[in-house]
Amino acid sequence: MESQRCQIQPAGKEDLCTLRRRKGGGKTSEREAIRAGRLGGSEGANGRPAAASEDTNGRPVEEKRSLQDGHRRTGTCSVLALVAVLSLITRFYKILEPPHICWDETHFGKMGSYYINRTFFFDVHPPLGKMLIGLAGHLTGYDGSFPFIRPGDKYEDHDYWGMRGFCALLGSCLPPVAYLTVQELSRSSTAALIAAATLVFDTGCITISQYILLDPILMFFIMGSVLCTVKFNQQRHRPFSAPWWLWLVLTGVNLAGALGVKFVGLFVIMLVGLNTAWDLWRLLGDLDLPLAEFWKHLSARVFGLILLPLTLYIMIFAVHFVVLKKSGPGDGFFSSAFQSRLIGNNLHNASMPEYLAYGSTVTVKNIRIAGGYLHSHWHLYPEGVGARQQQVTGYLHKDYNNLWLVQRPNNSEDLSRTPDLVRHGDVIRLEHKETTRFLHSHLHKAPLTKKHLQVTGYGINGTGDPNDLWQVEVCGGRQGDPVKVLRSKVRFLHRATGCVLYSTGKTLPKWGWEQVEVTCSPYLKETPNSQWNIEDHINHKLPNISLSLLKPSFLEILVESHIVMIRGNSGLKPKDHESSSKPWHWPVNYQGLRFSGVNETEYRVYLLGNPVIWWLNLLSIGLYLLMATTAAVLLQRGVQLGGRSQERCQVLLDGGGLLFLGWLLHYLPFYTMGRILYYHHYFPAMLFSSMLTGITLDILLQCGDLLFPLAVARHLHRVAQGLLLAAFIYSFYLFHPLSYGMRGPLAHDPASAMAGLRWMESWEF
Amino acid sequence: MLESIKLPITVKADVNLVLVALTLMGLVTRLCGINFPKAVVFDEVYYGQFVSLYMKQLFFIDESGPPLGHMILALGAYLGGFDGNFVWDRIGAEYTSNVPVWSLRVIPALAGALCVPLGYQVMVELRYSHLTAVGATLLLLLENALIVQSRFMLLESLLIFFLLTAVLFYLRFHNAYSSGERSLTLWVWLVMSGVSCACALGVKYTGVFTYMLLLGLAVFHTWQLIGNQALSNALVMVQVMVRSFALLILPVLCYFGFFYVHLSLLCRSGPHDPMMSSAFQASLEGGLSRITQWQPLEVAYGSQVTLRSVSSKPVPCWLHSHRVNYPIRYEDGRGSSHQQQITCYPFKDVNNWWVIKDPGRQELVVSSPPQTVKHGDIIQLVHGMTSRFLNTHDVAAPVSPHLQEVSGYIDFNVSMPSQNLWKVEILNRESERAVWKTIYSEVQLVHVNTSAVLKLSGASLPEWGFRQLEVVGDKLSKGYQQRWAWNVEEHRYGRSHEQKEREQELHSPTHIDISRNLTFIDKFLEVQLKMLTMKIEETEHKYSSSPLEWVTMDTNIVYWLHPSSNAQIHLIGNIVTWTFANLGLALFSLLFIWYLLRRRRNIHDIPEETWHQFVQAGAVCAGGWVVNYLPFFMMEKTLFLYHYLPALTFKILLLSVVIEHLHVHIFRSSLQRRSLEGVLLAGLALVYVCYHTLSPFTYGYPELSSEDIPFLRWRESWDILIRQH
Repeated sequence: MESQRCQIQPAGKEDLCTLRRRKGGGKTSEREAIRAGRLGGSEGANGRPAAASEDTNGRPVEEKRSLQDGHRRTGTCSVLALVAVLSLITRFYKILEPPHICWDETHFGKMGSYYINRTFFFDVHPPLGKMLIGLAGHLTGYDGSFPFIRPGDKYEDHDYWGMRGFCALLGSCLPPVAYLTVQELSRSSTAALIAAATLVFDTGCITISQYILLDPILMFFIMGSVLCTVKFNQQRHRPFSAPWWLWLVLTGVNLAGALGVKFVGLFVIMLVGLNTAWDLWRLLGDLDLPLAEFWKHLSARVFGLILLPLTLYIMIFAVHFVVLKKSGPGDGFFSSAFQSRLIGNNLHNASMPEYLAYGSTVTVKNIRIAGGYLHSHWHLYPEGVGARQQQVTGYLHKDYNNLWLVQRPNNSEDLSRTPDLVRHGDVIRLEHKETTRFLHSHLHKAPLTKKHLQVTGYGINGTGDPNDLWQVEVCGGRQGDPVKVLRSKVRFLHRATGCVLYSTGKTLPKWGWEQVEVTCSPYLKETPNSQWNIEDHINHKLPNISLSLLKPSFLEILVESHIVMIRGNSGLKPKDHESSSKPWHWPVNYQGLRFSGVNETEYRVYLLGNPVIWWLNLLSIGLYLLMATTAAVLLQRGVQLGGRSQERCQVLLDGGGLLFLGWLLHYLPFYTMGRILYYHHYFPAMLFSSMLTGITLDILLQCGDLLFPLAVARHLHRVAQGLLLAAFIYSFYLFHPLSYGMRGPLAHDPASAMAGLRWMESWEF
Repeated sequence: MLESIKLPITVKADVNLVLVALTLMGLVTRLCGINFPKAVVFDEVYYGQFVSLYMKQLFFIDESGPPLGHMILALGAYLGGFDGNFVWDRIGAEYTSNVPVWSLRVIPALAGALCVPLGYQVMVELRYSHLTAVGATLLLLLENALIVQSRFMLLESLLIFFLLTAVLFYLRFHNAYSSGERSLTLWVWLVMSGVSCACALGVKYTGVFTYMLLLGLAVFHTWQLIGNQALSNALVMVQVMVRSFALLILPVLCYFGFFYVHLSLLCRSGPHDPMMSSAFQASLEGGLSRITQWQPLEVAYGSQVTLRSVSSKPVPCWLHSHRVNYPIRYEDGRGSSHQQQITCYPFKDVNNWWVIKDPGRQELVVSSPPQTVKHGDIIQLVHGMTSRFLNTHDVAAPVSPHLQEVSGYIDFNVSMPSQNLWKVEILNRESERAVWKTIYSEVQLVHVNTSAVLKLSGASLPEWGFRQLEVVGDKLSKGYQQRWAWNVEEHRYGRSHEQKEREQELHSPTHIDISRNLTFIDKFLEVQLKMLTMKIEETEHKYSSSPLEWVTMDTNIVYWLHPSSNAQIHLIGNIVTWTFANLGLALFSLLFIWYLLRRRRNIHDIPEETWHQFVQAGAVCAGGWVVNYLPFFMMEKTLFLYHYLPALTFKILLLSVVIEHLHVHIFRSSLQRRSLEGVLLAGLALVYVCYHTLSPFTYGYPELSSEDIPFLRWRESWDILIRQH
């Protein structure tokens, strides 16, 4: 029987249906029997006569229950195996197509390669996801040599299957995990099956799992955390037992994983945190529990859910920094001290003149983390933004436009002899090497920070004016102290207005190439924004001395990289003409994302959820709210419910409540985010929504017994479940080209495979 | 009959003299000398322009908030007989003699003054002692920031007033209900609370946070009511319905009401007309309605029209052409058709006129009877001034190469035939043979040969296209999108057969006949959506600040500077009160958490009654602070210190709650109580001293000498001007 069930023909849609129906029939009666058993055991008098009468043969209830548990377990296992196999098949089918870079593979594939090549880079997400991608690539023979330049580039003979396969593998874990979670929350295999089926047959989930992206990894850890938390909750009657510890620790591990992939992991941490707080509150209110015992509970959770994940998270970063030891494209985002760690960076084992001197060519870097190099270029401030002079900005990348010449005010340097050193209190001019303009400030408002003055490049070929003069001040130094390269913190005070050179950290609009604003601040308070250090120092007339920088400690690097990441994240603003997806678009499946191809001739993949499933999810959320409110009001009014209804209300409010909260936490915060948003940000929330659909629909179907006699209701339940699954499968059959690729004419053409399926005008396939 | 009259008719007056005294003091501190300075102070420059527009009944849109606040300010202006003639262009400008400064400022000042007794009443309704209420009221009375904000034509004092009334009325309702009273006044309180919520929301959107808090409180109380199994289901049902009517439906209705008044007042065309749809503009007196009033309604072959892009994004503009061709080669090396440019132009111009031509007919005049254009008809569009046909073909558009170029067709004899047939699709049609109507119909023009849709790409052309907006054909676009829709704005039936005459005709103004009225709901939705979606350039103001700086008052705002002397007005709060209020908040949180955890372990430090009182006060005051403060961290608009004032008001109330709690329940020995009382008196004295010291900055007089001012600059981050003489 078991083996028969596991033989699945890949395309046999009808076979699946019949199989499911047969199995569903068997399952339902089993479950009813279990419930009867449980009720008979615990409440007895409250149980319905029909339920009690099922307990016909004279065996003791306990024994019977264990037997049924055994039955149920084998049934569950086989359904679970079926779900797993189906999800593996759907995720791995055509995994190698298209054989070119799709969408964000260009970023994450590239970053995976960086790990293989051990080159340092900068990304707004924490490193775990990309590290795993890199590892998967490395283990499957990819050598990191593919450049991942732009979407559409052919992979040719590079081994990309490992990276895609790894993501698909994690992606195919989602339906089974959803099955187990819902099973645990609702104790109903119907609910679990519906939830799992929504994920298995959702084209969106399939598409997003098939490419080298962070999302499948992130979703895997999110679902893992939820499952472990739920399992942990079930162990509440056996505190400090081995399984209790196991699930607690696993929850912690998964949380660390989720946060290590993307900061979206914070939402699931909040969910688990709220759940734990609620649990602790319950324990605290349990007056039979001595306070000492409560502290034990508390410290166990602090260890498992805070300390352990934090340690793991930090370890991820430790690995990240150890692996990436070569200089790469991300250097400029970090401080001079940080850069000196990287092999190949010009600050690594740097040797340059030790003290700043007149006539030197230097780069000046803001001390503030991600403050940028002092930069200028051949572009003027636009009309209406202060004086129409050359822009001076902060720039995060290394560039020849960051070079400045240190001069005396009158440029009276004797070129033949050894240059003098610049000392604390000296007045200097800084000439931009490329454009020969001087660093200049005057009484005009700065472009963004209106309280500050504008800084410009002014004058040409050595003619300037008194507004070009800056006084050098070493922080904590005295009159006459020399300026140490790399190590001194320097302030530049404007002679004429008394303000101080300042990097505000705000991003200029398009005219300023989205570089950082540099101003002259009249507020002389000492902040890192107004302190600078001399990073590169070139002077051929002075001897180079090897400088061993103070190597930063691990903690400093950790904090610095986080600040850089957070700044980078909030800096991801929608560009002009780039339409940002709105959060309200997502649950209604309003618009998808083009993963590959636009034209009729190209191989097109379009990330879009299966509309039948997504709209059902949306409907279920409304339905859930209605049902939960009804249940809550009934309980609050103290209406006497039958045991069965009581149980349903509890599942609806507890299990459903957890999932609904998860959905809210993974969805609502996006409304407050200023950064650019994409459709795929909804997928973690969609997982919760799908699981909620499972519970809601199952309870709705079960409630049939309030209207009809039990036998009819059970029959109806079975039929409805079958219809639902059939609808999922048929809609998947209709929309599968979205995931597995379309060629030929677009959907508005009747000859297209997708003709008539563009149900919303906003879908672009 | 006469027996039923009970004589003598008596009135029993019950006057709380302390409250009266406090109210009077509030009136004195807020109302005295509000004529001074006789110049524009800070945001008066902003609200003033709207007041002027109300006086002249000109339509405007202000994205910063709903109209009730502006209307209340305008009411003051109306009562003072202001004619609206003043140029609100810079802070510090002297008011001319026609501006009734006193009546402009008196309503906000009154509202600010009434906040003082309202604070008292709220404390009493929270069931704290009258002495505590007096303390809270004194703190509100001597709060410099609240005084400054009340004394000018600004909205915060109105907002705080409505917030406090909403809270007060709700508490009064709840207290009366739970004490078993069942009279009509009970429900009057509830309704008043709902109306106050709507008013707060109508003054500023930020009022919504306190409204939400109040709703939360009401839901909680109603939930308890539902749980009361002694009540019958029907009674519970009625209660729930009444409460949701008063607190949910009524505020929404009031909010509509504000807009109704607003839109009925502003019936003339004004400065923001071009942002609105043609239909909306046509509903205003003057402006577009003057032009469109006599226009023919139905578009016919031979009609002369201007076509406006419905979406108004990025700017409202009209389909346009001029006698300049596309450059032969673009900067990036791509070639063009070198035909006449078609653009979208955001200004009225004679080059915006097009003539609708029947492809089967040569004449460009309207036949009689006029042959109307219907949905699905094929037309040609002829540019009025240059007689070129609107054309598109498989040539890449100048700025968006993935789309098709649209041009005015010239036959260069290079085997590029004209493709100038367009199908008219009326998007908001009611039937399949709907007639194209002026202003009303939103029309999509679909190219017959390539099935491309005429639309704005959203990009602007470079210098050679005079930076006008690019118009393209898009083959992929299907279905309804406002970006692809056009409507006829100006329209007349063409009469001239000759090109010269036609040009003459195009230059002359149109008039023929239609009139169309939008319903109120249409207008409301349009205005509200525009207000919410209008993109404000995110600029930093010289005195803007971040919410983090507010708690400790690290920032101030300069409201007014005397043009020559050192007299100046600043928004600076009473720093003693602010510090104590911060302490109070911290203490409250600690006490609350302490009690909460201990109660969970069944240890009751304070009586049950006190605990409920403490929690309710916390929900209102601490909750009021939280909901009026934390949301600002998530806002991406320019923020000022005055946004903190509603939160501050609640925090001051919380301070008195904490002090009474300390006095009654924590300090139990009489020695402790005595010392606390001593500290409190000293504190109040300190508050008064601080108020008095800062009052030159609050009232703008007496003028300070340049030696004194540095002593008042208690924080380095405060911007205070010192004039050296």
